[in-house]
Amino acid sequence: MDIPVTILTLLAGIAITLVSLWFGLNNNLLPLAATNTAADVDTLFNVMLTISIGLFLLVQGLIVISAIKFRRQPGDESDGPPIHGNIPLEILWTAIPAVLVMGISVYSFDIYNQMGGLDPMNHGGHSMEPQAQVAMASGSFEGPMLLADGTVNPEYKKYAAGVGAAPGAAAPDVTVNVKGLQYAWLFNYPEGFISGELHVPVNKDVQLDMEGQDVLHAFWVPEFRLKQDVIPGKNTQLRFTPNKAGTYPIVCAELCGPYHGAMRSQVIVHDEADYDAWMQTQIAAANVEGKAIAMALPTSNGNLLDPIVQAMDMDIRAEELAQLQASGHEQMDHSLMDHGSMDHSLMNHDPAMALN
Amino acid sequence: MTSAITENPGAAKPPSGPQHKGHHPWWIYFTFCTDHKVIGIQYLVTTFIFYLIGGALATAVRAELATPASDLVSRELYNQLFTVHATVMIFLWIVPAGTGAFANFLLPLQLGARDMAFPKLNAVAFWMVPPAGLMLIGSFLIEAPGSGWTSYPPLSLTNNQTGELIWILSVLLLGTSSILGAVNFGTTIIKMRMPGLKFNQMPLFCWSMLAASALVLISTPVLAGALILLSFDLIVGTNFFNPAGGGEPVVYQHMFWFYSHPAVYIMILPVFGMISEILPVHARKPIFGYLAIAYSSLTISFLGLIVWAHHMFTSGTPSWLRMFFMVATMIIAVPTGIKVFSWVATLWGGKISLNSAMLFAMGFLSMFVIGGLSGVMVASVPFDIHVHDTYFIVAHLHYVLFGGSVFGLYAGIYHWFPKMTGRMMNETWGRLHFVLTLVGFNLCFMPMHWLGLQGMPRRVAEYDPQFATVNLVCSIGSFLLAISTLPFLYNAIHAWIAGPKASGNPWNALGLEWQTTSPPPIENWEGDPPLIEDSYAYGSKPGKKSVTALKGSDLWKTPV
Repeated sequence: MDIPVTILTLLAGIAITLVSLWFGLNNNLLPLAATNTAADVDTLFNVMLTISIGLFLLVQGLIVISAIKFRRQPGDESDGPPIHGNIPLEILWTAIPAVLVMGISVYSFDIYNQMGGLDPMNHGGHSMEPQAQVAMASGSFEGPMLLADGTVNPEYKKYAAGVGAAPGAAAPDVTVNVKGLQYAWLFNYPEGFISGELHVPVNKDVQLDMEGQDVLHAFWVPEFRLKQDVIPGKNTQLRFTPNKAGTYPIVCAELCGPYHGAMRSQVIVHDEADYDAWMQTQIAAANVEGKAIAMALPTSNGNLLDPIVQAMDMDIRAEELAQLQASGHEQMDHSLMDHGSMDHSLMNHDPAMALN
Repeated sequence: MTSAITENPGAAKPPSGPQHKGHHPWWIYFTFCTDHKVIGIQYLVTTFIFYLIGGALATAVRAELATPASDLVSRELYNQLFTVHATVMIFLWIVPAGTGAFANFLLPLQLGARDMAFPKLNAVAFWMVPPAGLMLIGSFLIEAPGSGWTSYPPLSLTNNQTGELIWILSVLLLGTSSILGAVNFGTTIIKMRMPGLKFNQMPLFCWSMLAASALVLISTPVLAGALILLSFDLIVGTNFFNPAGGGEPVVYQHMFWFYSHPAVYIMILPVFGMISEILPVHARKPIFGYLAIAYSSLTISFLGLIVWAHHMFTSGTPSWLRMFFMVATMIIAVPTGIKVFSWVATLWGGKISLNSAMLFAMGFLSMFVIGGLSGVMVASVPFDIHVHDTYFIVAHLHYVLFGGSVFGLYAGIYHWFPKMTGRMMNETWGRLHFVLTLVGFNLCFMPMHWLGLQGMPRRVAEYDPQFATVNLVCSIGSFLLAISTLPFLYNAIHAWIAGPKASGNPWNALGLEWQTTSPPPIENWEGDPPLIEDSYAYGSKPGKKSVTALKGSDLWKTPV
């Protein structure tokens, strides 16, 4: 019983389509999606994966079938058919990938726009909240981010890169200044304290204004599908709305030195009430002590960041800061050797514990 | 230049005399020799030794990563290991093996020339490679570079400064060698074709080398400029890239990738050409869509120059620039797809001999497709923001550079080994080598896609313990990959010394390089080379037994 080749081809096509659709939709390859736009990125990935699996199965299937079916038999000294090409077929396999990649480009463009990628530093045309302005003026950035009349400094806007406001978004609910330095993240809240972990409220529009201290770093939260290099002397930005409470890793993704792999922290997405409570504790601590930063940072592992903290608190010069940092590294080195492995507590700066 | 051309008139009688016959003595390979075949083999052996060194470094990297803690080597040494591994593999293995070794050996033979356009320059270009490589490897004795092969400032300005300087000098030397080689290849292809051989009759390897040489000539000087400025920042304290003094580190990234993205095509285009040569011979079928393959090489060469910032989607790049480079990168999938489909169509319906060369060529096709598809994924900015600088990228780049370039280079070695040495390699060892390589490679790199998607960054000596099992699998794969070179080494060395003698045309191929003895005499042909207008004219119809109208089947019974 011979099944016609066209039927077999059709069946193979249907099988490839079903397998790639199934795999594309059920791949489970990405971690939890914890922001409003992370799920869009996942859908984009699933679409691209579906197309890729289909194309891979097509090409791989043809190669394997060729290797089996068109294998030269022993003693066969003839050639294959003298086919030099087929113009309609060649047009077809030029046109289909062209259409596919154009479609993926347009789709990616749309997702990127939804994420706010096309408009970093766009604050929705609204002036910023007063406390945010205070933070900006407090000296994290070298130039003024806002002009005297409250509008964004065009020079600043021109150079900022990253993922900004989604189209039509208002001013961010929470703004945090982020500093990346060898080998830690410092989160400077406009309320007047610094934390070693990022705490944000769930379902609020969060903006991170980031700058590097020494070398390049990259701020990456896999669950947010967001990454942006942190560059010395240059401002970059990320903006996102976390939609699932929880604790997620913050990973440095740009080689920054021998301890690059240890440069990790956490983002804690709180319920509204928890966030307010955390914030009140931090502010209270800042008022009581007058030195909020010392309270917000860990004391459990050799006061790793104390020199940096003191330096920033006293607003001393960068060179001196660098020297102090070096001593911090030695402590870190020592600490890591003691532990013999990557120790999460090392980067686990829980301010609540510090308070107790 | 003029004299070089008049020396080799294709239609003239071969000059008589003993120097045009016979073969070189063995020690010629250790000297400054201007014969393109000697230089090609010098390149191949030298770069293969560096490949083994780079592989040893990779094995050390994977041994460290077998467990989550940084417990095997120091963190500083770990960074040096992967930095030198990448530099060796790119600048001392794939680039000089694809362009230097195979282009040198094959171009004059395929074009009907008696040597390259500038033979002395050719030898100078080769002899820059060993000192540069020894300098780079030797840096481990003093202080090895540890800022990644990308060497981004400001880290590269403060971290391992001596090693950084050695790295810059070594790469500058290798870049110069590469430029000198490309001048030679371009000139040879354009000016040294035998009389009567039209561009559209050239073997496809020549087309791909034309495209690759153009890329080398346009992009490598920009890398040299970037590295010279970086060395000024390093030695004399200028601040071109140092933000501490008002410099701009992102400009370095633009200059670096303006070379280093085209470098990917410099590494893959010669292999594309080799695959286009190998498939028709062992499938006994004409290459499918000659013109489409030839012109897609040129298209890739052009597009390859305008996609560099896709390595910088999470860097200090404005959003419009990210969009432009995303679209340009996506488009490059079209000419690449044309090639892949044409190769598959070449196989379809052929009389496929599953020998080592063909297996590696098919392996190339399968693995390169995976790298190409993940390449389209990472071209998409929103997705790349997630996976940039993660193990997904490590997986992608190894599917392109190992699954693509290295599989292709192995295919090339198995295919042209008889021509280079006059001996046949052993097929059993060759097939064992293929199976071990394919399994080890996929075991090592396929799981890395998952690692990157889940949140493991690259270039880390320690990682989240949740990734321990998968990393162990990757490490086992890498050890298998290391072991897989042993059957190849035994096979190649044994065959070179004591393998069965190869005839001039053991594969019954139509290419011009096969219409001479194996190995070819000093000036390539005794007498004039035949003019072959279609080196892919395999077909079942019997043809006339003249070299200008050869059909593949004619060669089975009457080897030319």
